[in-house]
Amino acid sequence: MSYIIDRRLNGKNKSMVNRQRFLRRYKSHIKKAVTDAVNKRSITDMERGEKISIPTRDTSEPVFGHGNGGARQRVLPGNREFHAGDKVLRPKGQGGGGGGAGDGNASNQGEGEDDFSFFISKEEFLDYVFEDLALPNLMKKTLNEHDAVEYRRAGFTATGTPNNLAVVKSMRSAQARRIALSASSRRKLKKAKAELEEELAKDDDLKNPKKISELEDKILKLEEKIKKIPFIDTFDIKYRNIVKEPVPSTKAVMFCVMDVSGSMTQQIKDMAKRFYILLYLFLERNYEKTEVVFIRHHTSAKEVDEQEFFYSRETGGTIVSSALELMADIIEKRYSPTEWNIYGAQASDGDNWDDDSPQCAEILHQRIMPLLQYFAYIEITPNAHQALWRAYEELAPQLGDRFAMEQITSAEDIFPVFRDLFSRKSLKEAS
Amino acid sequence: MSKAKRREPISTGSEWTFELLQEYDQEIARIAKEYRLDTYPNQIEVITAEQMMDAYASVGMPISYHHWSYGKHFLHTQTHYQRGQMGLAYEIVINSDPCIAYLMEENTMCMQALVIAHACYGHNSFFKGNYLFRTWTDASAIIDYLVFARNYIKKCEERHGVDAVEEILDAAHALMNYGVDRYKRPRPISPEEEKQRQEERETILQQQVNDLWRTIPSSEKTTKKKTRRFPEEPQENLLYFLEKNAPLLQPWQREILRIVRKLAQYFYPQRQTQVMNEGWATFWHYTLLNTMYDEGLVTDGFMMEFLNSHSGVIYQPPFDSPYFSGINPYTLGFNMMSDIRRICENPTDEDREWFPDIAGSDWLETLHFAMRNFKDESFVLQYLSPKLMRDLKLFSIMDDERKMHISIDAIHDEMGYRKVREDLAKQYDLSYREPNIQVYSVDVEGDRSLTLQHIRQNNIPLSDQTQDVVKHLHTLWGFDVYLHSIDGDGKTVKSYTYSQSPHRQSEQLELNA
Repeated sequence: MSYIIDRRLNGKNKSMVNRQRFLRRYKSHIKKAVTDAVNKRSITDMERGEKISIPTRDTSEPVFGHGNGGARQRVLPGNREFHAGDKVLRPKGQGGGGGGAGDGNASNQGEGEDDFSFFISKEEFLDYVFEDLALPNLMKKTLNEHDAVEYRRAGFTATGTPNNLAVVKSMRSAQARRIALSASSRRKLKKAKAELEEELAKDDDLKNPKKISELEDKILKLEEKIKKIPFIDTFDIKYRNIVKEPVPSTKAVMFCVMDVSGSMTQQIKDMAKRFYILLYLFLERNYEKTEVVFIRHHTSAKEVDEQEFFYSRETGGTIVSSALELMADIIEKRYSPTEWNIYGAQASDGDNWDDDSPQCAEILHQRIMPLLQYFAYIEITPNAHQALWRAYEELAPQLGDRFAMEQITSAEDIFPVFRDLFSRKSLKEAS
Repeated sequence: MSKAKRREPISTGSEWTFELLQEYDQEIARIAKEYRLDTYPNQIEVITAEQMMDAYASVGMPISYHHWSYGKHFLHTQTHYQRGQMGLAYEIVINSDPCIAYLMEENTMCMQALVIAHACYGHNSFFKGNYLFRTWTDASAIIDYLVFARNYIKKCEERHGVDAVEEILDAAHALMNYGVDRYKRPRPISPEEEKQRQEERETILQQQVNDLWRTIPSSEKTTKKKTRRFPEEPQENLLYFLEKNAPLLQPWQREILRIVRKLAQYFYPQRQTQVMNEGWATFWHYTLLNTMYDEGLVTDGFMMEFLNSHSGVIYQPPFDSPYFSGINPYTLGFNMMSDIRRICENPTDEDREWFPDIAGSDWLETLHFAMRNFKDESFVLQYLSPKLMRDLKLFSIMDDERKMHISIDAIHDEMGYRKVREDLAKQYDLSYREPNIQVYSVDVEGDRSLTLQHIRQNNIPLSDQTQDVVKHLHTLWGFDVYLHSIDGDGKTVKSYTYSQSPHRQSEQLELNA
């Protein structure tokens, strides 16, 4: 006796827990792969999964087994030309043959191809990216989900709350109704009036007083009837229809400003990249369209593409104000503050030509900050602060929570820079 | 069958429905009964490809405890399947009562019928009939035991943390192949009893272990330093030995070793009967479906599709083909089963000489006898015929690393039949396939180190994963572990050592003692 059961509707993710266990165990490998991927990817390209490769050796489940070597007797199929007693040279590249029990032999030669590879999803990828940054959970959620909602007008509806009453529209439809309902009465009224006029215009002896009084009566009745049509009816009342739409507000532009002088090592730049990624992810979630402008500078500033921004090397001194000037110029030329939400993110190792620092503060205060939503400055250095930091520090109280600065020595210091920005955002959402 | 009357085919299209499955199953069951296939009741479950991947991941078991290695397995399957690098098996069948078989939704009607014949009547009757399965596994209890194991391990994870449990499981899995008593019939597993006894065991076991490690000085010690040998005989069941004797393990850790050991025992027959099991199932799907065709129950198109996948299954690439990866158990098994039938029905003079007792006998009786009473090794030794060796062109080679050349010892000719057959049989002998490693001694009086011996066969060394396994051994034992690899003359060729006693663990011992 057989029972046939349809199990297709049962859950298919029975292996989910085991998969999580695996990811948990190889977290360090995965994190390394994610870090590499972050460094390789553009900062506008964080939202896809990633292929993770782990050396087979590290994921192996060792068991006792035979190794290569020794003397092995094997039986093989498909003999063509051999006779008993023949001797043949050992084929190359096949170390003694795996035999029945021989797994694990292949895994030890070389790496590349034998790596254990699999894919992680976009969410998992972002989780690993965020993990480094020590984001609070609430933040992870807002960055991971596209839940910004806006209310939009979408025509009119017959039901709604009084505050959404559309008065003009309601009056208009009331009038239309009144016109439609009174049409025949008014036609008759018009005719009766005309007849009355005609009658009144006749010579006195030709007048028919009976007809006149009849007509007058009729006119009165009709006028009454027209008056009886209600001025406004529930049927006329229209409300504004308002729908939720997951639409981010408008456009944003993000300025990445970075010092690329000789003292900025690749490692510092990688850290800065995380900083920009975080701001980018935030903006992307909140605005319909996000543009990124990369400005790098040493003694002079230049607008460049992302590749050049992160990976070309420069030497020489540092004049930060050149970059801020350029930023202000670009804003003036291309990004009108009435249209764009402008964000600035500056990363540096703190070096600046001493006389330049007050000037930086000046430009920032006078030319840039009035146009900006938010400006974040990070100084990636374990050393003592220099003039630029002090100049900004003086400026900070005047700029309030639109300005943030932080010294950073490791990746988890990055988030605090944005704490104000992000918490403002969640406040806005809550209200 | 000759008496069969031609009937209308059950279906003509390639789409299957549940009604059709039922109908095919009934017909196959009827024919199987005519061939005296004795089976557990079948539970046929239709699943999707994703669910098949899940089933893959837990080595075919319908329920299993959580472990990262299953996740790894799953990711591997998923990655390869989604990129089209591999197909999934058409079926998975579980040795349980009722016998659970998974059918993939994507299969055509023909494939479903093939799978039903193969799994639900072939494998199923093998599970029920073969002596190894009868002795070593307990089909009626396995599902309940798996549930017990899963719950127990879950509870351990809650109580002791995932990492602690994982550490023990990793180590136990590494020794899983060394968790079986090869010669002693195990007690049948019963989950209720298991649960009941588990708590008693926790306390009693610990006492016994502590007794072995008693640190109170005995009076003889002063008079004569008598060396107490422990264990008295070398032990081949490493997991059992550790479960009972490892000094530092907590009771729950011992219980986990026991669970892994019980599962190893459940899989033990499968590892020894791959050729027979697959051969038997393949022979029967071939025979059952052909009988259906003879009765007119299936169409010509059905048969073409069936033969196409059947010949794919039993294809054996020659040794020098790039696709060669050992002898295909389906090929060897199917051919041997068919060959036995041939020897019974149409014996040649050669067959009469080699198989006087079965040549000309009732083939069905003979085949059932073979299925019930052999494992791969003895099956090959008993039934591999010269004709089949010629057909498969089998030859035996000696590959000795000390020599320049590989020598061809025997081929499929009059001189070589016996040698080839013996060598092939040996290839399926687990004690040749796996290194012979046994617990040799424990330094009870001294540093409590554990010494194991590997006795080399034909001078074949251990693989380079060995050091990692020794590390796992150390995890369970808690004190230094030595593994000596010994050649035929009793000389130690290579030693593996793991010595590092964590401080925390030695404290625990003092508390227990």
